[in-house]
Amino acid sequence: MRFFAPFKIAARALRRNKMRSLLTMLGIIIGVGSVIAAVSITTGATKQVEDKVASLGQNVVTVFSGSFNGGGMRGGWGSAPTLTVEDANAIKNEVTGAVAVTPEVNDRMQVFANGLNWNTRVNGEAPDFLQIRDWDLTSGAMFTDGDVRSLAKVVVVGKTVVDQLFVNQDPVGQTLIIRNIPFKIVGVLEPKGFNLFGQDQDDVTIVPYTSHMKRINKRTFVNSIMVQAASKETITQVQNDITTLMRDRHKSAEPDFTVRTQLELMQMATQTSKIMSVLLGAIASVSLLVGGIGIMNIMLVSVTERTREIGIRMAVGARGRDILIQFLIEAVTLSIVGGLLGIALGVLAAKIVAVSTGWPTITPLIWVGIACVSSAGIGIVSGFYPAWKASRLDPIEALRYE
Amino acid sequence: MNSVIKLADIHKTYRTGEVDVHAVRGVSLDILPGEFVAIMGSSGSGKSTLMNMIGCLDRPTSGNYFLDSIDVSTLDRDARAEIRNDKIGFVFQGFNLLSRTTAQENVEMPMLYNHQRIPSAEQKERAKKALELCGLGSRADHKPNQLSGGQQQRVAIARALVNRPALLLADEPTGNLDSQTSIEIMGVFQKLNEQGSTIVMVTHELDVARYTKRMIILRDGKIRTDEKVADRLNAENELKNLRLAQEAVKLA
Repeated sequence: MRFFAPFKIAARALRRNKMRSLLTMLGIIIGVGSVIAAVSITTGATKQVEDKVASLGQNVVTVFSGSFNGGGMRGGWGSAPTLTVEDANAIKNEVTGAVAVTPEVNDRMQVFANGLNWNTRVNGEAPDFLQIRDWDLTSGAMFTDGDVRSLAKVVVVGKTVVDQLFVNQDPVGQTLIIRNIPFKIVGVLEPKGFNLFGQDQDDVTIVPYTSHMKRINKRTFVNSIMVQAASKETITQVQNDITTLMRDRHKSAEPDFTVRTQLELMQMATQTSKIMSVLLGAIASVSLLVGGIGIMNIMLVSVTERTREIGIRMAVGARGRDILIQFLIEAVTLSIVGGLLGIALGVLAAKIVAVSTGWPTITPLIWVGIACVSSAGIGIVSGFYPAWKASRLDPIEALRYE
Repeated sequence: MNSVIKLADIHKTYRTGEVDVHAVRGVSLDILPGEFVAIMGSSGSGKSTLMNMIGCLDRPTSGNYFLDSIDVSTLDRDARAEIRNDKIGFVFQGFNLLSRTTAQENVEMPMLYNHQRIPSAEQKERAKKALELCGLGSRADHKPNQLSGGQQQRVAIARALVNRPALLLADEPTGNLDSQTSIEIMGVFQKLNEQGSTIVMVTHELDVARYTKRMIILRDGKIRTDEKVADRLNAENELKNLRLAQEAVKLA
């Protein structure tokens, strides 16, 4: 029928009251704008935290040995000598979801090179370590399984160690003295920066775990076993399988080990931003509600003020539903245009924050969609009552209205 | 010839609290195409009530009303709105134009509510023609506050004409205008009547009624007199006389 006529009528009515239309939209503009800006900032922050967690490795499950308990002293996780290299091999062979496994031994000691010295972490790992931690080398190559078997005196060093001991030199091929034993540097790790806990991940040297356990710090137990699950979805399965296997192997009523996953860490780390988004959502709905009330208020005033106009329109042949649709379209147009302006404002605000503070901001498309849909919904809900009121006016009364 | 308006024993009773007010008590009336009728009466005579019923803004309590051979006395709100849009053009005392809206858009407005979709180009064309007919072709893009009272009333008449109604209904169309402008507006109505429009006009000024062809006087909700206008005035002549008189004043 006459499909576009109501839109034409509503557009003309809004154009007649430009200033009022703009002021009415302001509530929605500010509401939607603040939601989009806030969501962009928190999403950026969450992404940053997730990236930090991801830098700890991909789909990692870690088995720590139990706590050392002797003479009334309790040592905390990783202090008891309960995990062995055999445990690591068993996990590798028997847990199907485990794609990479490395036993880990950790120490902190003084290392020497070039007549300089530096206190750093000296860790024993298997070659799988790089894959599990999703870590690359900038030069040289990782030691091999052969090096592990032959207790080779080879070492891979982090960026910080290089900076401290090999100023302006290529460290690959040079010698690093650990515990009076010369280790040959075979590779340099790519810089990773600080982790979630503020620890410098590049301040590290890595040797084959066998070399560590036989040459540097003689022992038969490992501190932990790091395992990579095939995918995010299988992490929990792998965790359960490892727990079952270890209980079986250790035959203890009380588990003398603990299995932690990256998932738990991820959940912990994103907990804050989840609380933030709930809070923001609450504030957002309040401000949108206020915006909606603003639109309803102005539309009610508008209906009263334009009673005579409604009378004229009815006299020349507008039916009740024509008037209803006109005012409804006016309200929805106000809220949708307001919503779109709000989205633009929010994105702009997020960009300004990103540029001025250096925080990364991301505007998720889903939120842009939510903003559009909810502002249209607000328009319909808050415009309906005034529009219905207008449509019920009696043309004779309305024409007489002063 | 079929009547444009055929009222058969129309009654209208308002209930205000305990008392029933009989505003219109048994009016029967026939108005043929091409007539130019003035309905006169003092306030309280029932002429506004009758006007609202003729304009399909209100329904009679009893009696039948045939507008252009359609019985409109029993139609509901929406159906009456469509009849108003199709068959009736309204001209009001207070002009009742939409403010901050150009003359052109004011005249286009009734076409937006037509049950047929009228293409945008045709709407523009018809509005322009209606304005030209009322002698306002050059001011189509003016807004009401940029127009004089007489010009605003011409826009209102153009708006009433634009849907080619069977009936032009004017409620005190000269009530807000000075005497010279009143004559000009009556001239517009006379011209439209000559071209075939049927016009019914409510007024309480005898001077204005003398430009019409038929005069109906109401009192207490009944028709008292219904007669042909004997000494009919011609707006063009009256304007000429007025101009001559003004020049005579200037010369003296």
